[in-house]
Amino acid sequence: MQAFFVGATLVVLAAVVPCLYRILRGPTIIDRIIGVNVVGTKTIAVIVLVGCIFDRVEFFIDIAIVYALISFVGTLALSKYFERKAVLQREATR
Amino acid sequence: MTALAVAFVSAGVFFLVTGAAGLIRFPDFYTRMHASGKCDTLGVLLVLVGIACHVGASLTSAKILLIAAFIFVASPTATHAIARSALRHQNALWPEEEQ
Repeated sequence: MQAFFVGATLVVLAAVVPCLYRILRGPTIIDRIIGVNVVGTKTIAVIVLVGCIFDRVEFFIDIAIVYALISFVGTLALSKYFERKAVLQREATR
Repeated sequence: MTALAVAFVSAGVFFLVTGAAGLIRFPDFYTRMHASGKCDTLGVLLVLVGIACHVGASLTSAKILLIAAFIFVASPTATHAIARSALRHQNALWPEEEQ
């Protein structure tokens, strides 16, 4: 059971790498916001899985709650900021 | 109970991976968001429900389901906010190809 959770955590962490690539390469600013949002959601899953690995789920759950709230508010703030502000950026390729 | 947990968590991880794959493969910004917004929410929900099954009925699993409910509401809202800011940011929509 433990090994299964370790494996699941490693797979989710491996799934974070494409999101980081998207953050780095994303042509437009908004692509980067998506990448940050996706990494945030995946981090919640990783936190809870790690909680299961260490058998202290009730402790890690509180961290996951706080992280979910903060990442949600962060994404809203970022998207609201970039709504009006025309940020100078390279020509937005597809 | 643990078989159920294993099933849920593996399904959740599968969706997280497909969400990440969709984030790279799709050509346009809106299609990328389409993939990542949905797959991620579902993936995290499944993982959380799976771990709630693993923990069994207790206060902790109630808290886990609380997070799942919050993410179920919050993640689509965040995706909507990003899409609206993109639209207002004059991101060109996908041009309709002439048949």
